[in-house]
Amino acid sequence: MSRRALHPLGHLVLARIRMFYRQPEAVFWTYGFPLVMITALGLAFREEPKTTILVDVVGPQAEAFQTRLAKDSRFKVVRPAESDWKKRLQSGKTNLVVETGASPTEPPQFWDEPRRADSLFAREAVENVLLHELVPERPAIAEKHLDEVGSRYIDFLLPGMIGMNLMGGGMWGIGFVVVDMRVRKLLKRLLATPMRRSDFLLSVMLARLIFTLFDMIFLITFGYLAFGVRCSGSLLELSLVMAIGGTSFAGIGLLVASRAQTIDAISGLMNLIMLPMWIASGVFFSAERFPEVFQPIVQALPLTCLNNALRGVMLDGDSIVTQWRPLLALVAWGVVSFTVSLRIFRWK
Amino acid sequence: MSSLAISCRQLVKRYDGKPPVEAVRGVDLEVRTGECFGLLGPNGAGKTTTMEILEGLLDATASEKMEVLGLEWGRDDETIRNRIGISLQETRLSDKLTVLETVNLFRSFYRSGLEPIEAIRRVSLEDKCGAHVEKLSGGQRQRLAVACAIIGDPELLFLDEPTTGLDPHSRRELWEIIRGFKSAGRTVLLTTHYMDEAERLCDRVAVVDQGQVIALGTPVELIARLGGQHIVDFSLSGAGNPLTADEVQALPSVQSVRLDGGNFTLSVTEPHVALPGLMNYLQQTGREFATLTTRHATLEDVFVTLTGRHLQEGEEAA
Repeated sequence: MSRRALHPLGHLVLARIRMFYRQPEAVFWTYGFPLVMITALGLAFREEPKTTILVDVVGPQAEAFQTRLAKDSRFKVVRPAESDWKKRLQSGKTNLVVETGASPTEPPQFWDEPRRADSLFAREAVENVLLHELVPERPAIAEKHLDEVGSRYIDFLLPGMIGMNLMGGGMWGIGFVVVDMRVRKLLKRLLATPMRRSDFLLSVMLARLIFTLFDMIFLITFGYLAFGVRCSGSLLELSLVMAIGGTSFAGIGLLVASRAQTIDAISGLMNLIMLPMWIASGVFFSAERFPEVFQPIVQALPLTCLNNALRGVMLDGDSIVTQWRPLLALVAWGVVSFTVSLRIFRWK
Repeated sequence: MSSLAISCRQLVKRYDGKPPVEAVRGVDLEVRTGECFGLLGPNGAGKTTTMEILEGLLDATASEKMEVLGLEWGRDDETIRNRIGISLQETRLSDKLTVLETVNLFRSFYRSGLEPIEAIRRVSLEDKCGAHVEKLSGGQRQRLAVACAIIGDPELLFLDEPTTGLDPHSRRELWEIIRGFKSAGRTVLLTTHYMDEAERLCDRVAVVDQGQVIALGTPVELIARLGGQHIVDFSLSGAGNPLTADEVQALPSVQSVRLDGGNFTLSVTEPHVALPGLMNYLQQTGREFATLTTRHATLEDVFVTLTGRHLQEGEEAA
């Protein structure tokens, strides 16, 4: 029989894969949820180039002033009713209000909102128009725009999401699964057979890496199709970084699961470990924003190492050799966790 | 090959704590090859602990001797594992795997064994091959657990409370499966707190209580040791002065008397002698039956006689 020929390791991996895809909710949380999250964040923090300047013009000379501003196509001028403009400025419907004087020669008054950058910017822009009128023969300045894919928030976010997913996958996919089997006494039952313990541990990790592979393909393809996120380094090296990250977190997941005897205990433990890294390890914003004193700790966290390496390859086009520092730290985390968990693992 | 499938002497298991708990307190067991041996006792008696030590899943705190199939744990683990089959108390196998996939997985761990479909046939689950484990009834799951236990074609089968929580029909089905396994010359060690299960299934029984074997023998021998193989249960209606155990003990053919609340349980050798004697005595002393039944003695009576407690009573020493 061909089935018989399959090594126990193969059977164990196959069993894990079947258990996984037969649980639609697990599939969603692994694959669907990150996509939903990245879409939501990508849309919310979409940064459009600032091309329009909203200005309200009021007062006796409003019409004339509007014509003066119309020379610069960036201005979008509105002439609201006298009673409305203050409210419009307060609520951000306009960036600046110009109150013109009784005669064309009388200088206008500017109303801005000094706490809003775009309000100050609008004021500068209008002032510029007025100044240029005084110096009509200024030399034309050539304009060039930097609009490179790779510098947007989504470009920063995607590697962070990949890192976060590798962490979550390793922790939940190993920690939770192992403890669930321990609670069910399935671990004990397997131990009652001649099954090799190493086969079991290896199977859980291998199955995890297979799920992760699909997860990563989804995330990267989705990022490319929906937001045009590219990897500036080599895809092969990116895969290598992800493999190292996934394996390391699988080792940490195993360590977390090695003693826990209840689902509550493992859930608490994993949140305790993951939550600080979600915040501190530069998933959503750069880890360097934390004060200098915390940096040695923040930079040593495994997720920070992984995110740094991922961003290095994806955004800066680094090779893994350049990123040897975080990668080595990551490998160390994985090896130490795995070794310790093998020693303290509660089989019985 | 040794004619003993299991042999252990002075098995002790102590759990550290305050106070320390001795779950097993010096158990001696010899299970012969080819027999079905039962550990009978209430919950918390130490049956499962004893079993798991013999299965190599727990380490004994102390033992003078412990051999399984003539081999020793710690030295021949892989060999023993390949030659025994185990069904634990309450294992929840993976819900999302089918019956066939589950058995296939377990088969892959053994060097040799049954064809998976053959194991499934032996526990009559052929119709359920493609069903997910979560869709099985309690009895079907238990049968699947047995299929996984016999997949390596073991010489020695450990079954920990194989029928607990099952309906009568499912229990009988499992008994048939176990008998079938035994009839092939294999050895079975099972634990149960059902005396009828021990009586019908086991060649020999060790009655276990509070971590010790308190009686050992065939069910017939154990029952015979009561002195009488028949039991008379009766109680009296309220009228008349109370009856003492000594009065009843003095009646013909009565071997022993137990008084529990207002209920008398007599063990008697000859009911046709004991009953008329009892009836006459009550009539002479002006007393009346409220209830009266006679039956064959069971292992339950053996346990109650030895410990003063019933098998299914509380779970104090769990």
